[in-house]
Amino acid sequence: MSDRLTSPLVQLTLARIREFIREPEAVFWAFVFPIVVSLALAFAFPSRATRDVLVGLEPGAATESLRATLMRSRGFTIRDVRPDEERRALREGIVNVVVVPTTPPTYRFDPAREESRFARVVVDDALKRAAGRLDPWSAREEPQEVAGSRYIDWFIPGLIGMGLMTNGMWGIAFGIVQARMRKLLKRMVASPMRRSEYLLAQLFARLIFIPAEVLVPLLFAIVAFGMPVNGNPVTIAIVTLVGALSFGSIGLLMATRARTIEAISGLMNLVMLPMWILSGVFFSSANFPAAVQPVIQALPLTALINALRAVILDGASLGDVRSQLVLLSVWGVIPFFAALRLFSWK
Amino acid sequence: MENAVVSEMAVACDRLRKTYGSVVAVADLTLNVRRGECFGLLGPNGAGKTTTIEILEGLLTPDSGDVEVLGLRWAHHATDLRQRLGIQLQETQLPDKLTVEETLRLFRSFYTRGRTIDELLAIVELDSKRTSRVGKLSGGQKQRLSLACALAGDPDLLFLDEPTTGLDPQSRRQLWSLLEAFRGRGGTILMTTHHMEEAEYLCNRVAVVDHGRIIALDEPQALIARLGQPKVVSHHGTLEDVFMSLTGRHLRDE
Repeated sequence: MSDRLTSPLVQLTLARIREFIREPEAVFWAFVFPIVVSLALAFAFPSRATRDVLVGLEPGAATESLRATLMRSRGFTIRDVRPDEERRALREGIVNVVVVPTTPPTYRFDPAREESRFARVVVDDALKRAAGRLDPWSAREEPQEVAGSRYIDWFIPGLIGMGLMTNGMWGIAFGIVQARMRKLLKRMVASPMRRSEYLLAQLFARLIFIPAEVLVPLLFAIVAFGMPVNGNPVTIAIVTLVGALSFGSIGLLMATRARTIEAISGLMNLVMLPMWILSGVFFSSANFPAAVQPVIQALPLTALINALRAVILDGASLGDVRSQLVLLSVWGVIPFFAALRLFSWK
Repeated sequence: MENAVVSEMAVACDRLRKTYGSVVAVADLTLNVRRGECFGLLGPNGAGKTTTIEILEGLLTPDSGDVEVLGLRWAHHATDLRQRLGIQLQETQLPDKLTVEETLRLFRSFYTRGRTIDELLAIVELDSKRTSRVGKLSGGQKQRLSLACALAGDPDLLFLDEPTTGLDPQSRRQLWSLLEAFRGRGGTILMTTHHMEEAEYLCNRVAVVDHGRIIALDEPQALIARLGQPKVVSHHGTLEDVFMSLTGRHLRDE
């Protein structure tokens, strides 16, 4: 019974899964790390509506009357800054604007920063109003709380995409390089094992961890931040699966020749760093100039994150994200066969 | 090579040559291993033993020369051959995180026929370690597990590259008796070693290899009788003496 012939593909996959789950550090990076990151970011970037404008006040004759005026208006946090430390305070984001008590007041701010420009306008408005400015009319305001529009909602799909990339590429490449260093790959090809099955097993073993890797940050965001999930679970699962397989294949390709951990680490950073920056994990890739957009849109992480955001936040269907899925499939198939061809078993 | 001769041979190779840049690892090496014998390649490190055995195992391609293993050729019958060979490489480290049983199950799955996991555990005397992690095994136990992986497909021919290097004398003896048992069941062994006692104890014939060529080939006792006469009366002739008289150097010098 227990000695019945079992498929080598199943055995190779099981071996890889066992090696992974018996490595506690690997489990930490895959599951605990995303939670820590999202918690940290949620504290660092609370939703904008509740955030005070940080105003720096320089000492002078009119300082106290300015302070009293601003205190009467809502939404200001006032910090005293000395002239010699105001540049640093602006640079570090300790204050968004510095008010110098001249007559009329002087504003020091950084026009290159959105929050600094915004602070200048709000402070100016509050001070002029207090000085008796009369507005010709006041508009009727209808504040809307749009679900899913907060930074954290936007960020979570990016975090999931980044996790699928990082874990997929590392999980696969590291295991292979280690097996190569231990002369295990050479031992494997001295047996009648099929080489393609070894590579496929590395991909399949990855799939076991996908549900947890996606569900842990997603459920955490739903519970901790009340993040709305508008997408169909099956659609989310399919997008995730395609993305995971394509990064797995890229991981295989990265590991075709590397013989040391240092070599594979360098290679990984070279490949992943541009995607962390360009693909819109932390800030929208729309910020980059139009000239580089074709490159950015061709990157697998951009495709995965765009598809995840569309599906999770906007409830997009598979048809809506088909171009991203096609691109990811291309990124999955070509590297797999290239890896099979170029792979060094020695 | 004549077919009549070849068919009796488990391994037949003719003028094998392999160079790495200007270094000649194997220099026109010819040898035949008969079915059912234990054949040893004896020589110091760097003599070309590993390169030779890896060519015979189909892991390296020679620059020139002919290889037939079990009457088959690597270029045409690699899949069949792999099913019928057991291979133990030098310095393979099996995954630490898997258990003994899981490791055997993995290797067993590659073979279309072969022994059961229970049989393999019994043959290499690791029944009591079935559920132990490989990383927790002693050197001798790891080596026996590695042998069990090589035996998983019930091979006709076993290639062993320095199977007992680094083992304590007791573990070495234990491995020797396992290899004797394999030969007792009709198996053929081709092994490399730089331990002369190992070659004397296990091998029916020994080829002394130095600088990529065979400098002597015979039964161990015949080699000792011919070349290993000790200068000092008080000790017995050994293969170490044979090597000394052939090269003027000690086996372990390099």
